[in-house]
Amino acid sequence: MISKKDVQYIAHLARISLSENEQETLAKDLEGIVKYVGKLQELDTKAVEPTTHVLPINNVFREDVVRPSLTQEEALANAPAKEAGSFKVPQVIE
Amino acid sequence: MSTTVEKQFETVIGLEVHLQFHTKTKIFCGCANDFGRDPNSHTCPVCLGLPGTLPVLNKVALQYAVKVGLALNCKINPYIKFDRKNYYYPDLPKGYQISQYDLPIAQHGFLMIPTESGPKKIGIFRAHMEEDAGKLIHDGQTQSSLVDYNRTGTPLLEIVSDPDLRSPQEAYDYLQTLKLILQYLDVSDCDMEKGSLRCDANVSLRRCGEKEFGTKAEVKNMNSFRAVKAALEYEELRQSKMILSGERVVQETRLWSEEKGMTFSMRSKEEAHDYRYFPEPDLVPFTLTEKNIDDVRRTLPELPQEKFQRLQSQYEISAYDTQIIIQDPALAAFLEECVAVGGVAVKKVCNWIIGPLQQETNTRKVKFDQLKLAPKNLMDLISKVEGGVVSNLVGKDILKMILDSGKTAEQIIQENGLAQVSDDGTLDKVIDEIISQSDSVVQQIKEGKESALGFLVGQVMKKTQGKANPKKAGELIRRRLSP
Amino acid sequence: MNLNELTAHELLDLIKEKKTSTAEVSQAVVKKIQATDGRIHAFVRTPAIPVSANSGAYSIPIAIKDNLCIAGEEVTCCSQILKGFRPPYDATVINKLKASGVVPLGTTNMDEFAFGSSTENSCYGPTRNPWNLDCVPGGSSGGSAAAVAAHEAIWALGSDTGGSIRQPAAFCGVVGVKPTYGRVSRYGLIAFASSLDQIGPITKDVTDAALLLKIIAGYDEMDSTSANVAVPDYLQALKNDVQGLKIGIPKEFFVDGMDAEVKESMSAVIAVLEKKGAKFIEMSLPHTEYSVATYYIVATAEASSNLARYDGVQYGIRRHPSQARRTPMIDMFEETRDQGFGREAKRRIMLGTYCLSSGYYDAYYLRGQKVRTLIKQDFDQAFKEIDAIIAPTSPTTAFRLGEKTNDPLSMYLSDIYTISANLSGIPAISLPCGFSKTGMPIGLQVMTKPFAEETMFRVAYTYEQNTEWHKRKVNL
Repeated sequence: MISKKDVQYIAHLARISLSENEQETLAKDLEGIVKYVGKLQELDTKAVEPTTHVLPINNVFREDVVRPSLTQEEALANAPAKEAGSFKVPQVIE
Repeated sequence: MSTTVEKQFETVIGLEVHLQFHTKTKIFCGCANDFGRDPNSHTCPVCLGLPGTLPVLNKVALQYAVKVGLALNCKINPYIKFDRKNYYYPDLPKGYQISQYDLPIAQHGFLMIPTESGPKKIGIFRAHMEEDAGKLIHDGQTQSSLVDYNRTGTPLLEIVSDPDLRSPQEAYDYLQTLKLILQYLDVSDCDMEKGSLRCDANVSLRRCGEKEFGTKAEVKNMNSFRAVKAALEYEELRQSKMILSGERVVQETRLWSEEKGMTFSMRSKEEAHDYRYFPEPDLVPFTLTEKNIDDVRRTLPELPQEKFQRLQSQYEISAYDTQIIIQDPALAAFLEECVAVGGVAVKKVCNWIIGPLQQETNTRKVKFDQLKLAPKNLMDLISKVEGGVVSNLVGKDILKMILDSGKTAEQIIQENGLAQVSDDGTLDKVIDEIISQSDSVVQQIKEGKESALGFLVGQVMKKTQGKANPKKAGELIRRRLSP
Repeated sequence: MNLNELTAHELLDLIKEKKTSTAEVSQAVVKKIQATDGRIHAFVRTPAIPVSANSGAYSIPIAIKDNLCIAGEEVTCCSQILKGFRPPYDATVINKLKASGVVPLGTTNMDEFAFGSSTENSCYGPTRNPWNLDCVPGGSSGGSAAAVAAHEAIWALGSDTGGSIRQPAAFCGVVGVKPTYGRVSRYGLIAFASSLDQIGPITKDVTDAALLLKIIAGYDEMDSTSANVAVPDYLQALKNDVQGLKIGIPKEFFVDGMDAEVKESMSAVIAVLEKKGAKFIEMSLPHTEYSVATYYIVATAEASSNLARYDGVQYGIRRHPSQARRTPMIDMFEETRDQGFGREAKRRIMLGTYCLSSGYYDAYYLRGQKVRTLIKQDFDQAFKEIDAIIAPTSPTTAFRLGEKTNDPLSMYLSDIYTISANLSGIPAISLPCGFSKTGMPIGLQVMTKPFAEETMFRVAYTYEQNTEWHKRKVNL
């Protein structure tokens, strides 16, 4: 059972503000989907290794060799707000 | 430590050290690992986490991690992977940090720290690799913060100790010991002020004899080892007062304020953390065979503890001298090179290295190896001093000149006419002159007052601008005045 | 015949014979886009002027899905949140195209962040199926598939996480390939689910698909998950013969929910291939019924993390709430993401976050990964006995716009035949194998074991060469 409170918790974890309306719809949608994916509980997976990568590739490295960086101007080209060569964001309160 | 704490409580401390590796490039991209520059001038699409980009692991960063793990007596995991630690912060460009969760590079190690009651074993719980975040600059005036991503992607190793430390002093000694090992490994600048070594501390109290740990506070924001100690001492006191007055210690993150000498609760971060770790699908796993690990083991230098023991037994120098010598691997190496040149007692070489040479590195504000002093050059100088060619005092001046010019001691003595005057003829003349002018002193000497002899020797030194060999001068005066 | 209606390999022949040029081809394509894309809406960004002729072996213009980065060009994944973002770098596939003379010409519509099977979840509005404008083109690469079907593109690139190339290819009557995971570099593909995503061709015939895959495939040092396996010349694999090949028919695929017409078309496919020497074997993929659930756990979990970077700090839109709620910073994150993401994106981010969150990880994400192992093992086992598997690409033909938008689960279930290939990493192709009575295309899917694209192309080519479906053209 996914409650509105669960939805609020997940929404905050995911940093999405949701309207009351959206919270209700999403609680219902998620409830249905979660119930459906709960199907997996039927299987005995105790002895099964999880798959993160489908290919058996290991040990892919990069040599420690410097490559060109972007210029400051290029790095900031898409910034919604910038100042003094930096990305400007609302004050972070600590 | 206050007496109440001492009597009733035991302090339990565990430290988390974040170490920046000084690899040439960042952990997952080819940007130069050199962030003290113009903001956002050392970034690329990968470390900025731009949509569509993917990480690729820096080979040397992994080698460094194995190196540290081995030096800290850890078990190196034969199969490691990276995981995503998901959280939002503006200095974290992807909204997750690539870290290691359940299969860290190293686990179950230890290091030995010195205590009053002898060496103590401190467990290393684990060490894992991760990427550093960017830097936030808070601009109080404009109600905004500025983000610089140059530091993003700097390779980090987080070294977590077991909660084995029992006092702020032990924590301090742990950090010193750890730092020295890391410096020997040459994997990091280990500069706390520059942030290449950072330390968070978990501290709790429990009544003496109790087995359960008390509620801990996590203390952050210390930028020196001294500050770590001070913050822990403050916490000891704060927590003991709370417990004694019947209050409950709450689990929280506290920030150390250097100016105020206090820790403060960091309320804004008290939100429950749910990092949703899961295996990083963009990086493949890594396997480390016994051979891989042995290959790295072979590159390990002699570590401080081993070096201490060897130097002491091999050269029969004091524990005090050895302790100083091993603080800088370059210093220790230099000592051994000097000894190899030979001709002077090791103790004398030690004295010169710990004394005048250390003083020069301090006044010049350089690292020892930046002095670029050839061992042979120093040994020649010491030989000259020991052989009476120059005085100890002049020897120190010559050392300065050697460091300034790179010339040999011999050259400097020649060019500046610094050799001590030892031939009887020249000295006799000077002594005649002085004796004729110092009747009363001469009288005292004749009466057996030995200290008066020193005064006359001083006069000879003055007259010869320090060039006279004082031992020789003393002998000559004595001979002249003897009945 | 109009140039834009030809395949790339036909055009390359004409260019070689100096009967046409890249510039003429580009002009024809742009003219067609101008003429018909108002009705189809396959493109979200169309080139204003035909690009100049490009040198290179394969100088044919190509349509690019709006989730592939081209230096300096806006890319949005058809999401409000990325509006205005111009990456400073080229995706590896774009580099490879450019090096071969293939010219990017226009950006195609998609479901926002590839979340969908209908291209209705686009911030630019839906794309329509060229065969019937009331129907969806499939998704998420619906723009690319519709553009190729409508002859608004000679060929196109798409991306496939759970069927996003193959299902729209099937709905639009064109060819689409999801290569083996790791066959094509993902560097520069804006991620949906990293362990499932692959870039692949959408073309008018199997030959073009083989050609395009040859151009874009290969190991890339920028992608740790790309495979260091030599790329064969896929054109050499195009043999009109399947003599001796053992082809499996998974019984779990032929169950309820499949359209009768789709089922019938499969019987016809078997007949054609048997005639060319294939031997068919009924086989089992026992965990098929768990694939959709597994997929929606794994894919959304990865997506919830991949999409965390869209927070208004570095690029894209930034929004602030009118009233302060938490801290200014958190408010900005939450408002930007609330306004920037569409409904389906929010739904999937929420589901993925839930599956990874404390207390649910083991029951959902970890279990999903374990069942993924079981599904992969089914295929490993099957390919010990057989050379290829065939199945329909989709249980139905293209559905109507709006038909499934309010029923996420039924939308998810329409991916049932395509998802397994992503979960197990194997290559799969969809090609036309018939039309419904209402004139909508039906797609045949051919799957092989990892890196056996040559066999996959051989089966597909043989089928294509012995049928006429790929020659049927949309009348617009």
